[in-house]
This record gives sequence, C-alpha cells and structure tokens, in this order.
Amino acid sequence: MDGEVILLDAYASMFGMRLRIALAEKGVKYEYREENLPKKSPFLFQMNPIHKKVPVLIHNGKPICESLIALQYIDEVWHDKNPLLPSDPYKRAQARLWADFVDQKVHTLGRKTWSAKGEEQEAAKKEFIEALKVLEGELGEKPYFGGEEFGYVDVALIPFYSWFHAYETCGNFKIGTECPKFVAWAKRSMQRESVSKSLADPEKVYDFVLILKKHFGVE
Amino acid sequence: MEETGGVKLLGFWVSPFAQRVKWALKLKGVQYEYIEEDIYNKSPLLSKLNPVYGMVPVLVHNGKPISESIIILEYIDEVWKQAPLLPQDPYERAQARFWAKFAEEKVRQSVWEAMCSSGEEKQKAVKSAVEAFEEFEKELKRRGTKFFGGETIGFVDIVAGCISYQLALHEEVGSIKILDSSKFPAISEWIKNFLNHPLINEGLPQKDQMFAYFSKRSKEIASQKMSHKTA
Repeated sequence: MDGEVILLDAYASMFGMRLRIALAEKGVKYEYREENLPKKSPFLFQMNPIHKKVPVLIHNGKPICESLIALQYIDEVWHDKNPLLPSDPYKRAQARLWADFVDQKVHTLGRKTWSAKGEEQEAAKKEFIEALKVLEGELGEKPYFGGEEFGYVDVALIPFYSWFHAYETCGNFKIGTECPKFVAWAKRSMQRESVSKSLADPEKVYDFVLILKKHFGVE
Repeated sequence: MEETGGVKLLGFWVSPFAQRVKWALKLKGVQYEYIEEDIYNKSPLLSKLNPVYGMVPVLVHNGKPISESIIILEYIDEVWKQAPLLPQDPYERAQARFWAKFAEEKVRQSVWEAMCSSGEEKQKAVKSAVEAFEEFEKELKRRGTKFFGGETIGFVDIVAGCISYQLALHEEVGSIKILDSSKFPAISEWIKNFLNHPLINEGLPQKDQMFAYFSKRSKEIASQKMSHKTA
C-alpha cells in the first residue's frame, strides 16, 4: 500500500509543483498541507530543521527534503507506474544533468528577472533566454525531454512556466517570442492532467512575487 | 583521442571534484585512463565533451561523456555494482543524497568562500561554514558509525572527503579556523579514518603545491572582487 503521504508545500512554489505532478503521475493519494510563507510553521521546522524550506515529502512519518531528491524517492518507491527516470544509466545521468541545469540556471536567473535591478536585471534577462534556448536545443524534435514519454526533466522544468507571467511583467520582456519551441513544449505538457492540476495560476504567482518584492525591499 | 571502450577521466590535478570520481573508481576497482586538463587553457576536447559547462571532471565511458561530479558518482554506482556507494533502501538513499548535497553546497562551498573573501564577507562565510560543520558533526554523531556510509566508505564520505585533505590548507591560506577538533570530535575522527584508507590516501596532490595554488587563486579572486566593486 502507499502508506501515509503528506506534502508540506506552498501554492506558488515551483519546487512543490514538481512533487504534486510526480505524485499525480504515480496515482499516489496524499494529504496536501499549505505552508503560509513567509510565516513558517513549527511543523516545517521540525520536518526540515536544516533548510526550513518547502517542499517536504513526508512518507510514513519520515521527511524527505529537496525537491529533486524527493522526486527520485517518489520514482523509486512507486516505480511501477509512469517511471520518470529512464532505466539506462547514461540516460539517467543526462536527465540528472538537465534537471540540475534547471536549478542552476532557470531558477537562479529567473529569480533575478524580478529581484534584480538595472544592469544586473538586464544581464539576467538575457542569460535566462539563453538558458531556455540551450534547453530548446536539448529538446530538439522530441515531444518531451524524456523522449516520447513525459519524464524527470519535464517534471523538473514545467513548474517554471507558471512563473513566466511574473518574470515577463516584472522584467518587462516577452519569453514566448524568443523561445517558441519552449512554449510549445510547455503547452504540450500542460495538456497532461497531472500538470494542469498541479501548476499554480500565473496571476496568483505574480501576486505572490509582489509580496516577495515587498518583503525583500525590491521596488 | 581514440574512441575505444573503457573508462577515461578528464580532471585537473587539484580539483576536489575530480578527486571524488577517482576515489569512486578506485574503490570499485575500475581501471581508467586519467587525462590532465589545464582548466585555464581549456582543450577543444573538454569543450566537446562538456559543451554545457566546459568543466572537469568528465567521465567518458564507451565514448560517452558524463559530467558533474555527484552525477558521475551516481552513474559509477549504477554501472559497477561492487562496493556500492549508495544504500539500497529508498529512504536511506534520499538521506545520502541530501547529505551529499549539503556537504557540497554548505560544507565545501562555504569553506572556499571563507578562504577567498575578506572583511565582513569573510566573517559571514566563516560563520556559515561553522554552522554547516555543526550540522555535519551532529549527523555523524547520530549515525555513530565509522563513516557516513556505515562501516565502509560511501556516497556522502566521498563527496565530503575533500575536506579531509584540503580543509587545513584552506584554513591556512585564508587565515581562518573552522575545524576545532575539540568542538568537532566526530568529524576529526571521521577525517582520520577516511585518510587511513590506502585507496583514499594514495596519489593525493602534494601539500606544498596545493598551498601555492590556493594562495594564488584566493588572491586572484580577491582582486576580481575589488575590480567589480570599483568598476
């Protein structure tokens, strides 16, 4: 049986969205608990004492932190349905590399498009588009990064699509015109129920970013 | 370079990332050809094998390249099943991956930053490093085993292992003190046990050469920071 599964999460968290998608892909029943960021609960501090961040996957009382680590855990425990990582070690290594690229480039640069100003923001916008173009190159003619099947990299990356409206509005630029292939892949992925039900509403994400901007003192 | 089967490792002599891969291959008894890459004068080969980041280490197996040290370790563990680095149980595997990430991002990274920075930035970095060491110490004590992986060296030991032979040098070059053995008895004991393993200690770079390299690098980084500030 699945056991008791709790997901400690925050609506707009792209990392939390990864786990919502994966659990949905695997048909795992779980309890969703919303953390009211930036006011974090004592339960979160108990489950993730080191980083104090969401998401935290809690399986039979045991916490797993860090979204890509939890993603691999979900894939290993519920390995029978919709495997996310391929079985070939070389292809697995490539999938891990691209998921890591999403964290290192898409997340970091995307963040700067709304949190930085002036020259730093302009540079971040440019590099962000470049990173998406690198991903377009990797996607090539495949329907998904996983090939014919929706996979690990697709799950790792698609949540950021819900943040594009916020990036574009705050950064005053258009992503779709520069990266049409990327947007086509995103729209294809959104047709999956696991994705459309898991991604946050872009307007609500934008509202959340405005709160973050106030919180961090960014005009 | 001939496209043959077999294993090749592109590395840089002082790179702790390349060292992780060497340790994993040696512990599993995998024969490999080592290729030294001058990272300040990168070869076309490196650009071809790692087009995304252009960095070492790169493992080449049967002509196919794998990059990023922690990803390479997972690959090695999946291909060569002897002397397993990760545990079998999915929860324990997740914990090992968590602590490996922590060792890389919080332990190793903060020590490097503390070495290369000055003033307030340095103080902040030292504080971060000490906090990271405290968490690591707590976890080692909680496990109560010789190594993070248990009685044999495992995934986390290999990722964190660079501190065993480079930390003291970083402290000296950066005029910082992080590993107080009275404050961190479990880590100190772990370092001793780790370096005691003949395959771990074998072929490590010379201390004086590492010292000279770190001194030069930290000065370069400091002057880069100054030029950014005044620009």
